[in-house]
This record gives sequence, structure tokens and C-alpha cells, in this order.
Amino acid sequence: MSDYNFAYLDEQTKRMIRRAILKGLAIPGYQVPFASREMPMPYGWGTGGVQVTAACLTPDDTLKVIDQGADDTTNAVSIRRFFEKTAAVGVTQATSVATVIQTRHRIPEEPLNEDQILVYQVPIPEPLRFLEPRETETRKMHALEEYGLMHVKLFEDISQHGQIATAYAYPVKVEGRYVMDPSPIPRFDNPKMEMSAIQLFGAGREQRIYAIPPYTQVVSLDFDDYPFEASKADGACALCGADHTYLDEVIVDDDGGRMFVCSDTDYCESRRQAGHIGEQGTPYGKDAA
Amino acid sequence: MYVAVKGGEKAIDAAHDWLGEVRRGDPDIAELSLAQIREQMTLAVDRVMSEGSLFDPDLAALAIKQSRGDLIEAIFLIRAYRTTLPRFGASHPVETDTMQCQRRISATFKDVPGGQILGPTFDYTHRLLDFKLAAEGNAPDTSTQDAPDLAAERKPHVMEFLNKDGLIESAEATDETPPDLTREPLELPANRALRLQNLTRADEGFLLGLAYSTQRGYARNHAFVGELRIGKVAVEMDIPELGFSIEIGEMTVTECETVNQFKGSKTEPPQFTRGYGLVFGQCERKAISMALVDRALRWKELGEDFAGAPAQDEEFVLSHSDNIQATGFLEHIKLPHYVDFQSELELIRSIRTAATAALAETKIAAE
Repeated sequence: MSDYNFAYLDEQTKRMIRRAILKGLAIPGYQVPFASREMPMPYGWGTGGVQVTAACLTPDDTLKVIDQGADDTTNAVSIRRFFEKTAAVGVTQATSVATVIQTRHRIPEEPLNEDQILVYQVPIPEPLRFLEPRETETRKMHALEEYGLMHVKLFEDISQHGQIATAYAYPVKVEGRYVMDPSPIPRFDNPKMEMSAIQLFGAGREQRIYAIPPYTQVVSLDFDDYPFEASKADGACALCGADHTYLDEVIVDDDGGRMFVCSDTDYCESRRQAGHIGEQGTPYGKDAA
Repeated sequence: MYVAVKGGEKAIDAAHDWLGEVRRGDPDIAELSLAQIREQMTLAVDRVMSEGSLFDPDLAALAIKQSRGDLIEAIFLIRAYRTTLPRFGASHPVETDTMQCQRRISATFKDVPGGQILGPTFDYTHRLLDFKLAAEGNAPDTSTQDAPDLAAERKPHVMEFLNKDGLIESAEATDETPPDLTREPLELPANRALRLQNLTRADEGFLLGLAYSTQRGYARNHAFVGELRIGKVAVEMDIPELGFSIEIGEMTVTECETVNQFKGSKTEPPQFTRGYGLVFGQCERKAISMALVDRALRWKELGEDFAGAPAQDEEFVLSHSDNIQATGFLEHIKLPHYVDFQSELELIRSIRTAATAALAETKIAAE
């Protein structure tokens, strides 16, 4: 596709986005406003992540795109195709082979390394948004490090429900300064955010970019007597037998029978390749389909 | 045995093929041409140009055809195209008092210099289905009409007459470059120029609802249509190589200026105030709505009270007016969310277990 520049965006726009990314990396967890462009996919469908990925890609990169942990969900397919078409970069489903990984709602199970960039799609970048709807107010609260409202919310959860009732997009504090929304990843993934790879967050509609540099301290908010817990479904993957991964619950028959499978499809597949077999799994390569 | 659902790629291709088929409809019916849409669906074309922020009737017609008549989808196509276009300069501000008016009315004065022109309006039609239109091939009889000389004379703005008497706030011209929300992230508070840019791209229905709410008492501002004009204006631009400005084209716009009652405040004397709307194409409803909302948003600079009404709330209005942002985010909940849902499921189960146990305990204690 020669009608468009490499990775769709023009160089000026990419430069503008890179500046925002660098600023974000310099101030971990701070939301940098950027002049988000209209993309040929709808707002709310990953336009922020797509712009960040476009600004990061070089022709030698290998891209992986996941949605809900899977490479084959429709929107992941659509975004991967977009970059195949506009940037002609190599694509992969293997986490270890990818240099740039764009994700929605999950962090891959396999630990990432220093040569990788993880790009998150972010719907609502403001962790305080549902406590205070006004941007003019929340910016002030961040500037003054005024996070009391968030702690009150968590406390009220505990007094009402006996636990913190936030299952995904669980707020974190980055490097002891900014409270940050980790995007709607399950809280199971929160501890993985202290990692070797660069993490970039793009919110297109809300015009914000933020970042976590490698080896940065990321603490999930909690109380001494109610420590944070990375929860997941009890059980093991029915296909690969893993009991340490995030599991999706799948309804398999009309009577509501269920099974659990790894949400990270690449991880599950490589485990099965390595000979792990779950309760309902078959040896790798012998699927009925 | 369970096999993880695969086949996203195939499903997408099949969906696109199907979409192409239903877009075309019954192949025995003649296909719509872009010229037909451009010439006969003009108000749809105008809306797409105005909310798409791109004055190009041919591209708007293409977008309408491609989107099966879904105008928000068409606006989206135009926006996504527009954002890829290079910016090679800025025009001079258009001079709407030299507009070749095809319509010009004032609700505040019975007659105005330059005259009132009703123009091609639905206003006084009876809304009865015209079954003659169902029969094809009837071109309207135009022989009885005198083609008006649209360029005949300069038509001064009605507001200028009020301005001469000092009865209306003066609107000073400024050479300041207005901000551009398509190039800079929206930062609040916004100045009026930025608000107007936001409103002219805003969803017509959203603005209509907000404007209507001001009429019904949510920050009522007593608007009169001082003047509404629709017509062609020239667009001029400085060409650096030439050293002077030339006309690069013409475009149709709708301009609405409202006169709003104002009893004075701590800072401003009693006088009439202004609301302003300017929209590409013939988009009257939008231009009037824009003027009302513009006026409502000006409460602070006029020293009025904040009545807590949605139309006065700059952050609320500007953050929710864009239908491309709104529809994208709204419709994204169709995307898979099973990971988040799974975590909610775990949470609800765990809270329920605790709640049920607590309930059982209180029952036992009561017994």
C-alpha cells in the first residue's frame, strides 16, 4: 500500500507521538496529552494503541497483537492486518519472537525481555474518572498528589463487601508518585507490570499517552490489613493443565457445563507443544478440528 | 472435546463480502451514482461535510454510498480521510457579509437592507407525503421562477444595525490564530474560538437536544434569530510565491446569529448579547442549535450565574459532542470483554459467598 506513509501516520504525527512517549517515560505514570488523530478504525477500538504502535514500529520489527490474551480474536486480527498492510512488518503469534506487542486487556503469561515493547490499548486513562468526572479536577488531584478519594473508595469497598471490589483496571501507584490505570487488565496481571520491557499506554479518544519504563516500581493500591491479591479462577487449564495462568471460563453445553482454558492462547499452545496435557486436552497436533 | 474458537480472519472476510452484497441491494434495481447522491441527497451530503469537517460534496456522496446511508458512518469515513491530508496553509477568514445568499431571514426585524429571501426551505410546506414524487421522471417546472441575482448586492449583517446603537455587545475582530483541536489535544478551559470549532463539528442531534434544553429552562437565554443566512462564500488564501491572496474556491455555509436578552450582570451593562453558529452546507437546524449552545457556554465571560445546566457546562458539552468519538466508544462494548467479565464473575461469586454466609449466620442467631 504505497498511498500511505509507513505505518499509516505521517512522519510529523509520529514525531509528535514519540515526543509524548518520551515525556511519558520520563515521568512514569503521568498522563501526557497528545493530539490524537482520527484513525481508520473507531475510537474505543484501540486507536490509542495503534497510534503508539505506529510511532514505535520500524521495518525490522515483528509485531504481535492480542485481544483478551488471544491472537485470533476479531479485533486483534483487524489491527494486525492493518499493520501488515500499512507497514509490511513481520507478524507473529509467539510472544518470545515479537519485538512489539499490542494488547487489549491482558499481559502475556511469558515474561517479556528488555528488547520488547508492550503497547496497551486504553479506554479510560484516568484512574480517578469514576470518582470525579471532570478532567479539570482530576488533573489538579494528580498535580497535588491528592489521592485520598481513591483510598476512601477502596475502604468503602472493604466495609461493604469485605474486600476491594475491583476485579480489573485495578489502580496502581507508579514509582511512588502517580496513581495510574493499568487499562482493563484483570488484577491477576498487575504484579507482572514490574517487568524488563517498556510498557506504553495509548488512549486515542481521550488523547492521552503514558508509560512505565523497565524495572519501575508498580504497586497495586491496598491496605496493610487488606493486602492486594492477584486473583484468578480456581482450577487448571483443561487443555494444557496450567494452574498458574489466567483462565477463561467457557460454557461448553446447553446444560451450562463449563471448563477453564488459558486466556493466553500462545502460552497454552506452547505448553501443549512441550507435552503438557490438561484434563480434556489431547496431545499437541491431534485436535479434531 | 473442546477446541478453542478460531477463525477470526475468515469470519471478517466473510462479513466484508456480505456487507458489500447488502450495500448493493437487489441487483435488478439500478445502482445509485455519486452524482445522484450529491444532487438529490444534498442535505445529507451537507451534514456529512459539516460534521466530517471537510468541504467536498463528491467525497461526502461517496461516503454516504459506502456507508449504506448511515450518516455517522459516512462522517467517520470523511474524518479518517481528512486526517491524512497535508496542511499547506490557512485561508483568510471568510467574509459572510459578501455571501451570495440563497436564503436570508431575520426574525427580529420585519425588513432589513438587502431584503429577506425565503429560499429553498421546508419551513412552510405542509408535511404531507407527496405521492407525485413516487412516480419517476417528473422534473419540477422552473419556468415561472425568475432566477434571482444572488450576487446583486452586499448584504450587511443585521447585527451591525444593533451594534451601531450600542444595544448589543460588540464583537471585536482579532488577528489571533485560533487554536485547532484536530492538531492539539483539547485542554480546558477552552476559549470561544475553540468551543466554536468543537460545536461546528459536533453531532447535530446532540446540539439540538442541548439547545432545546436551554429553551425549556435549563439555562434559558431568550434567543431570537437575528439573522440566518445560507449561501456561497469565497475562500481566499495568501500564496507566498505570489505575494497576494487569490480565491481558491467557493463553498456554501449556513450562518446564524442570535440576539439574546441580557439584563446585565455585575460586570456587564444591560444589553443584547450574541450567540453564533457557522456550519458547512445548508444545515440550519445545526447552525441555530450551535448559536444557542454557544451563548449558553458564555455565562462566565458575561458574569452570569452557573445554573448547573448541561448546556452551560463547557467540559460536559465539549467532551461529549463528537459523534465519532461517542459512537466508537459506545460500540466498542461489542468487542469481546470476556477477560474482564471473568474477573467480575470471580469477584461477584466471592462477594456472594461471603454475603450468603453472613445472612445464614444472622438467621441462625435470630432463631
